Amino acid sequence: MTTVHFPALIVVTPLIASFIVFAVGWFDRRYCFPLVIIALTACLIFAAGLAAVVLSSGNPLHYHLGAWPPPWGIEYVVDHLNALILLAIAVIALLSAVYSRSMAAREFPLAKLPQLYTLYLLQVTGLFGITITGDVFNLYVLVEIASFSAYAMIAMGERGAAFAAFRYMIFGTIGACAYLLGVGYLYILTGSLNMADLNQLLPALYQSKALLAGFSLLIVGIAIKMALFPVHTWLPDAYTLAPSSVSVLLAPLSTKVGAYVLIRILLSVFNAPFYTSLYPAAPVLGWIAAAGVLFAAFLAIAQSDLKRMLCYLIVCEIGYIVIGISSSNRLGLTGALLHLVNDMFMMACLFAVTGIIYAHARTRNIYELRNLHRTLPLTMAVFVIGALAVIGVPPLCGFFSKWYLVLGAIQAQQWFFVFVILMSSLLNTVLFFRIIEQVYFPPREAIPAGHAHLDTPFRLDPVPMGELIPAACLACFLILLGFFSNMLITRFISRAIPGTF
Amino acid sequence: MARILDDIILDDIIIRTCSRIMLPFIQIYSLYVFVHGHSSPGGGFQGGCIMAASFILLAVAFSIREAKRRFKEKYIVILCSLGVFIYAGTGAVAVIFSGNFLDYSKWTHILPTTPVMARYYGMALIELGVQITVMAVMISIFMDLVTKGDHGEAPDWEDD
Amino acid sequence: MIEYLVIKHSYWFYIILIMIGFYGMMVKNNLMKKLIGMNIFQWSIILFFISIGAKKGATIPIIETHGVLNHAVRAADYINPLPHVLMLTAIVVGVATTGIALALLIIIYQKYGTLEEDEIIEALKK
Repeated sequence: MTTVHFPALIVVTPLIASFIVFAVGWFDRRYCFPLVIIALTACLIFAAGLAAVVLSSGNPLHYHLGAWPPPWGIEYVVDHLNALILLAIAVIALLSAVYSRSMAAREFPLAKLPQLYTLYLLQVTGLFGITITGDVFNLYVLVEIASFSAYAMIAMGERGAAFAAFRYMIFGTIGACAYLLGVGYLYILTGSLNMADLNQLLPALYQSKALLAGFSLLIVGIAIKMALFPVHTWLPDAYTLAPSSVSVLLAPLSTKVGAYVLIRILLSVFNAPFYTSLYPAAPVLGWIAAAGVLFAAFLAIAQSDLKRMLCYLIVCEIGYIVIGISSSNRLGLTGALLHLVNDMFMMACLFAVTGIIYAHARTRNIYELRNLHRTLPLTMAVFVIGALAVIGVPPLCGFFSKWYLVLGAIQAQQWFFVFVILMSSLLNTVLFFRIIEQVYFPPREAIPAGHAHLDTPFRLDPVPMGELIPAACLACFLILLGFFSNMLITRFISRAIPGTF
Repeated sequence: MARILDDIILDDIIIRTCSRIMLPFIQIYSLYVFVHGHSSPGGGFQGGCIMAASFILLAVAFSIREAKRRFKEKYIVILCSLGVFIYAGTGAVAVIFSGNFLDYSKWTHILPTTPVMARYYGMALIELGVQITVMAVMISIFMDLVTKGDHGEAPDWEDD
Repeated sequence: MIEYLVIKHSYWFYIILIMIGFYGMMVKNNLMKKLIGMNIFQWSIILFFISIGAKKGATIPIIETHGVLNHAVRAADYINPLPHVLMLTAIVVGVATTGIALALLIIIYQKYGTLEEDEIIEALKK
């Protein structure tokens, strides 16, 4: 079957579906959820088709919107890097939508559901568009679409969510405007907005100070969107206070797509000599990321709220990805890209489990989760799988990405980064085993009266299947990604990295 | 509090008469700006904002209850979606006739013009979609801010 | 030194406006003032972009004939229309940001009765 129009369809389908949900949901609310599932399944088919085409032909797929050839028109490019991330986004978006059905019915009044699903599909539109576009200004527009949906969805949460969303919006607008200024500098210098065209035109201008200013603005803007260490402060409040059905979509995908944008700018727009030998941008990013990893890991241990701890863990994982990018060799970049995909699934799994725990036990305080494995056995099993993946235990996926990151840091002779990665894995171990101990092996005298008695028989979790099955599917993905990580690397990632590394 | 704001009626006969006269001309001017977007500053977004300004003038010069009566939230929902469907539909027609998305020259299969002029008309069509959506959204933003979320006969949801 | 100020005076205007907006966003305590700072920030970036399309002795980019042109136009006679088109999109983005921000401010005001940031943080700590 023909996959020629899939690059446009994968962005347009959730966009049209979101407005169909908006219009239809006003009249009859029962049709919203089936429409969402239909749209996201179609997107999954499109993403799988695009990945199959890219794998079989080995060349990037170019799609010219409006049939205007670049650099006059907007171009959508699907290469190996894109195809893998599109597939990951499609899978996680579909599983989150299935998860959100019963979760949102519990969290929101029925009248708000069409609006939630409208914003949900607009966010998915933005995420797909950011991943697939090959034009830097189109990237700005789609980043703003995704961000607006995120601000509005976060504001629907619990106490303090509207204020957290406002602060996120102020921060996010600074980031997007810095990115816009960077794009403006690139346009002033070259007259082109197409990524491939910029790659041709920029090497002649590498000595110019204006290009350095534009590059710095781009990096700062993307860093704010990506929650890199000093400018990550919007993330803990915003993602903690967001509703569970929303944070299971936002937390895995938003920041990782920002990291993808950084990789795209550094690999496809600028060449490696610019930010490694001419200006020391890569080492600076690496040191900032290493500081962020340690800072976030320590702060995560200090939290007693489970979801807030996971938010600091997101900052930690973004730090890993940027350490991998900054090592600027093949091994480090492989580790960064593999960690990007792995972390999407790990965070989705952990946030899904946190939502189920919060809905069932009405608390997110770690010290009140004692003996939860008696009432929620499968959920806590999924949590243990997610925890082991984040720590980096083989054969789960987290091990392989951390392995490549450490190898990349060794090859770049940055021994401090090796220490940081290993130390933070140790800190993550402390983090998760603290929770696992509280849940599975609490001190006997600490069990308050009324909690599950020690010899209750094993029963399946009293949570809706719509929440448990996506969480279990994500845990299976973690195991599968671990087993098939070599296939991912040889077929997708090693071809995504340009040959100069 | 929302009830009191809705019922504030401006009792000034000059403002009421003048805005009653001016409103249709403002709306025609917005269509003029939209149609002339090809050859003068203008286009969909600008026309949509001016059209929305006419309804906001209605709300300011008369009462908010009058504006709510004229422009219910149901119309906003329908018009907003209609504009996006017109835009996406223009692109989808191009896909149906085996062009790329938003390739307006494929509209020659429907409109009796040359491919070059078909791009001209395709751009006008998407600007129409943009105008409808922008008008609906601007009115919606204004009415939601002014009525503090209690716009029209939206279904009541309980406070969290 | 004085050449930097005189030759590139327009850039200095825009940078000063951007910094005023940035100052408003960072330093001011009232959420509405932060929002206005954000607005000034965004619109001055848009002004900066539009100014880069200007050319010496050029006129507005509208061609006076009707129908289809049979010859190319001299690009030096018309100012660059591409930044204008890009900034139309950016203006729409700015308007949407302002709309969302005002809606959020209404929710915050209804919940906390105040728009001062430190008072809201105090109310949230309890």
